[in-house]
Amino acid sequence: MEAVYAQYAWLVPLFPLIAFLLILGIGRTANRTGPVIGVIGTSISFVVALLVLFEQMKGDGMAYVWNDLEWIRAGNFVLEMGFEVNPLNALMLVVVTFVSLLVNVYSIGYMKDDARISVFFSYIALFTFSMLALVISENVVQLYIFWELVGVCSFLLIGFWYNKPEARAAAKKAFIVTRIGDVGLFIGILLLVWHMPEHALDFTNIANAFGNGDISGGIATLIAILIFIGAIGKSGQFPLHTWLPDAMEGPTPISALIHAATMVAAGVYLVARMYPVFEASPEALQVVAYVGAFTAIFAAIIALTQRDIKRILAYSTVSQLGYMMMALGIGAYAAGIFHLFTHAFFKALLFLAAGSVIHMLHEQDIFKMGGLWRRMKVTGWTFVIGGLALSGVFPFAGFWSKDAILAEAYHSQPVLFWIGLFTAFLTAFYMARLFFLAFSGPAKSDRASQVLESPFVMTLPLIILAVFSIVAGFVNIPGSDRLATWLTGEAPGEHGSLLVIILSNVVALAGILLGWLMYGKKQLPQDWLSGRAAWAHRLSYRKFYIDELYDYLIVRPLRVIGYFLHLFDEFIVDGIVRLIASMTTALGRTGTRLQNGQLQTYGLVSLLGLVIIAVAFVGWRFVIHAG
Amino acid sequence: MNMVASFLILAAILFCIGLYGALTKRSAIIVLLSVELMLNAVNLNLVAFSRWGIAPNLTGQIFSLFTITIAAVEVAVGIAILIAYYRSKGTSDVRDMNALKR
Repeated sequence: MEAVYAQYAWLVPLFPLIAFLLILGIGRTANRTGPVIGVIGTSISFVVALLVLFEQMKGDGMAYVWNDLEWIRAGNFVLEMGFEVNPLNALMLVVVTFVSLLVNVYSIGYMKDDARISVFFSYIALFTFSMLALVISENVVQLYIFWELVGVCSFLLIGFWYNKPEARAAAKKAFIVTRIGDVGLFIGILLLVWHMPEHALDFTNIANAFGNGDISGGIATLIAILIFIGAIGKSGQFPLHTWLPDAMEGPTPISALIHAATMVAAGVYLVARMYPVFEASPEALQVVAYVGAFTAIFAAIIALTQRDIKRILAYSTVSQLGYMMMALGIGAYAAGIFHLFTHAFFKALLFLAAGSVIHMLHEQDIFKMGGLWRRMKVTGWTFVIGGLALSGVFPFAGFWSKDAILAEAYHSQPVLFWIGLFTAFLTAFYMARLFFLAFSGPAKSDRASQVLESPFVMTLPLIILAVFSIVAGFVNIPGSDRLATWLTGEAPGEHGSLLVIILSNVVALAGILLGWLMYGKKQLPQDWLSGRAAWAHRLSYRKFYIDELYDYLIVRPLRVIGYFLHLFDEFIVDGIVRLIASMTTALGRTGTRLQNGQLQTYGLVSLLGLVIIAVAFVGWRFVIHAG
Repeated sequence: MNMVASFLILAAILFCIGLYGALTKRSAIIVLLSVELMLNAVNLNLVAFSRWGIAPNLTGQIFSLFTITIAAVEVAVGIAILIAYYRSKGTSDVRDMNALKR
């Protein structure tokens, strides 16, 4: 079938870019028009993305590649720019534009009173552009450019309220920590340039080279691991996860868009996009699977004891991203992408609902909320739906995708299955804890007892996302492998398992029940664990002291080195400069002594000069004639 | 001895005396006089060459007339400056004329 809309896929990132430039051009006076421009730009992109997706769904999953724009030519090496449309990135296009559109709408309400609302909307537009361009990038270098650009947007938006010192610190931390991962990715790309036949860098050729076995063995593993390090940084996997919870200092819509639904999924997307590289190296896949599984359970344990509503959700995001990585690592490609897809909806929903609470209550500590259920009906209901979807309860979206991952894990790597199952239990428990503490029971502060529901412009995105959190899972129900076939072009083996379905549901419900008993009905004392094993509670509450560990192991030694380098700079480098400066000054002082204003002295000096020149000239003539 | 050489030597001596005076004397008037001496040494040269030079002609003598005229003008201006200076600063000592330093 002839691709029609796919040819115009480049329009999708174009509109947010235009919106960005427009808002930038209008400047700070665009506080009214900025949001409108942002929403319109994103909606047009969303429509185009939908058309592209529908066409891809009708077609047989053939990729459309356009790369006629020659960018770099150096000798035989030619690097082209272009874009590629395939099922995977058509899906990503729709997810990104959809969430971005809803977040744009939501932000109209959330950021209403902010003086820099137009700047905010221009950043969102820039981010949406970069993310979409990243998704349809046709070669690795192009992807890397936009990869960095989304990082910049993330930095700008985390530090949006830059007069808060924590926001500044968080922005810097996010930028630096992800940079560590980016260096890995960059070295990976360099290795690819080095080892690829003809130095080709587009995804099609990379897939072919690794598929044919042109590159295999150790070097394939090395490249795969380096690319995965990039993904670790972006997707907040252990050990580079520390920036993501801190990134919650940014405005909540940003947490929903960038740090839950789209940008952090870029790491997962990268691994999925480079999947042939990983398939060439079973070791690398193992690493991906175990890092993902460890991150999933590790972050879930931390989320159990946090008090800040956004931090709980942030750790939950880290945990779910770990799930996706684990899925990719065990070869459940479609399941991982499926989870990415559903997670984008319900995690954006949860963040936006949390944002709705924060917006009306100006409070982030769940122990100071309580009783919101009665006063914020829409937020409460949508939060429940998001929570159930995240916990993986039938028939919400998260259930289907999580079940798909668990079923695959059950068949290929039982160890990871049990880790995943336990994580699911923890997930259900901390979501129940969050919900019952924040929404049920008596109000724990005056403000919480008289809080009002958010305006319609904020609840509308919640309702839409809630609907998708319910139905998105039916895209790929067990027993039908349409999604997998469409994504990968080949039918995978059937791994549905009734046992897994029942187990994952039981576990999720058990988690919720336990949460209800402890925090809802209060039949179990809340401190039965923290009372008995205070150290465990402390360990989880202080996030396993990872931040402190990094502080002592990396930050402080670097500070010490920096101090000495500073001394070197201050006294040696600057010393030399100062020495030269003072020498010149001294020379100048001597010069001024000659300038005494006495014309007679000047005349005398001129005469001396003349005599010297005359003597030299005569002497020269004499030497010439004598010689 | 060649006729022109004696004139040249005399002119050189005159010039050197003038130069010495211009560079060493304290009084601005004497410095001005010394400059005149140097100019006249040049005049002497011009006239000597015009009479005993390789191609004797009147150009040198006419030039020396020019020089005398210019020198007269120069002295007039110079003296005027010196008087103005003396009136404003109350001195005619060259050593005090160090305003160029600033």
